Amino acid sequence: MLLGPGVVQLDFHTSILLAVVLLVLSIAFGVGQFLRRQTETTVNSAMVQAFNLRVQTWWMMFAILAVSLLIPFRAATVLLFFLVSFWALREYITLTPTRAGDHRALFWVFFAFTPLQYILVGLGREYYDQYSIVLPVYGFFFVSARVALSGDHKRFLERTAKIQAGLFVCVYALSYAPALLDLQLVDSHAMASETDVNNSPPGAESPEGSTDLESARGNWQGKPAGILFFLILIVQMGDVFQYGWGKLLGRRIIAPTINSNKTWEGFVGGVLSSALLGTLLTLLFQVTPFNVWQAALMSMVTTIMGYAGSLTMSAIKRDRGVKDYGTLVEGHPGILDRIDSICFAAPVFFHLTRAFFSR
Amino acid sequence: MQRLTPAPSRGAVNMRGITTTALSLVAKALSGATTRWIDCHPDTCQRVYFANHTSHLDALVVWASLPAEVRNLTRPVAARDYWDRGFVRRHLAKSFNALLIDRTNIKVHQSPIDLMLHEAGDVHSYIVFPEGGRNPEGEIGEFKSGLYYLGKKRPDWELVPVYIDNLNRVLPRGEFLPVPLLSCITFGPPIWLEPGEPKTSFLSRARSAVLRLKEA
Repeated sequence: MLLGPGVVQLDFHTSILLAVVLLVLSIAFGVGQFLRRQTETTVNSAMVQAFNLRVQTWWMMFAILAVSLLIPFRAATVLLFFLVSFWALREYITLTPTRAGDHRALFWVFFAFTPLQYILVGLGREYYDQYSIVLPVYGFFFVSARVALSGDHKRFLERTAKIQAGLFVCVYALSYAPALLDLQLVDSHAMASETDVNNSPPGAESPEGSTDLESARGNWQGKPAGILFFLILIVQMGDVFQYGWGKLLGRRIIAPTINSNKTWEGFVGGVLSSALLGTLLTLLFQVTPFNVWQAALMSMVTTIMGYAGSLTMSAIKRDRGVKDYGTLVEGHPGILDRIDSICFAAPVFFHLTRAFFSR
Repeated sequence: MQRLTPAPSRGAVNMRGITTTALSLVAKALSGATTRWIDCHPDTCQRVYFANHTSHLDALVVWASLPAEVRNLTRPVAARDYWDRGFVRRHLAKSFNALLIDRTNIKVHQSPIDLMLHEAGDVHSYIVFPEGGRNPEGEIGEFKSGLYYLGKKRPDWELVPVYIDNLNRVLPRGEFLPVPLLSCITFGPPIWLEPGEPKTSFLSRARSAVLRLKEA
């Protein structure tokens, strides 16, 4: 499973979509560079700088993802996400006050639990029972007990909860993204007809007539890389849509004390735009087994979860009094700032796909 | 932008060169160190980098944060009682060309300062930790007088303050397994001993030069 011979992760449709995304980003990069050369009076230079930084990050993100998906082994993509998790956790713990008594627990969190989660994900869907509980249950017990063993009881619950939250968001949640690659997807159209068969009263004529159930639940012909790509694209574009609608129409700020950029108008606009984008992607590229309305619903759920993720991480940053994760130096956004929405969206997206679109 | 004198061309790539490069890469990866130069540039002129001391990794990471040309000429000054114990530490100390100082048995005629001046010649720079020991709470203790005597005997050396942030959490006192958090090494503008400046006021000025980088 892990090293299935000759298993190409990308199919034709996903490759085309990937190429389109990289092309669009390259054009955006060019436009950004052009704007940067304009005189200060005609364009808002701070905004252009932010735009350029974003585009560069996305270009890197999608290029690295594309390379990892081009490697015909799922392990490459799992390894990529492991590295991202590891770095994000590093940023998170760096900005979280810990005490000397937490040191050994942290060592095992970094060097045992984080790799273990990704090894289990890499082993594939047979290990779902293991990778879905190892961190929330055993990781939870270990961190509490190891910190207790150090003998330092000062603010005990607060300290352990912080480490557990970091492990949960940065490692556990994100690991569901590469876990998508090992789902055995079924075709949604076939599944819909199967539902029709089941719902029809016995004896009544079903639309498919005497459809054989086994062939109705036929495997989806595409590759799971498509849905991973769909997830990441929708989450990232959802952020952009929210930002755009917020700038255009934003009046009512959702949580002024946490993030003044997030408005109800931006939220609604973002969710609806993502639904539209998901629909378009399905119509044009067929990278997922979803049909049109399923793609729209999945996009909406994904965007809402992504939104919850970035709001949560904003709240933590506010509490720490920093603007970005990243380095200890002010003004350098880190990996965690870029993936906070993916972290919250990935498990929900995975569970929905697993429940309704896989066998 | 950076004022760097080109490195003397070395013939073949030697083993020590590979070891030191690998060592500095590992140190940087493990400590996730960001390096900042504030009102100061990397230079191969003779300098004393003086830093707050928080962890056994300090000397290694500050040394690794320097550009290769500067690094090759810079020697951390470290405690013999720690770095001379065991094969690994001794080998490490040799790889980053540390000058080991005996803290426990200081002789009057051969003081650490004399040794440093003698070993430096007109080439080498040093990394020193004037607090003498590690400060577990992350605060900066009072400086010992070595820096003053170095500044007095070699007024041509630049004394560069360095602030080490967060390394005490990567490898705290009494631990031997590191936690790979992110740290930050800040190099500040050089200071010199003013003519006739008293020892105590110079040392407190040097200490506040390091402290100022914490806020920068």
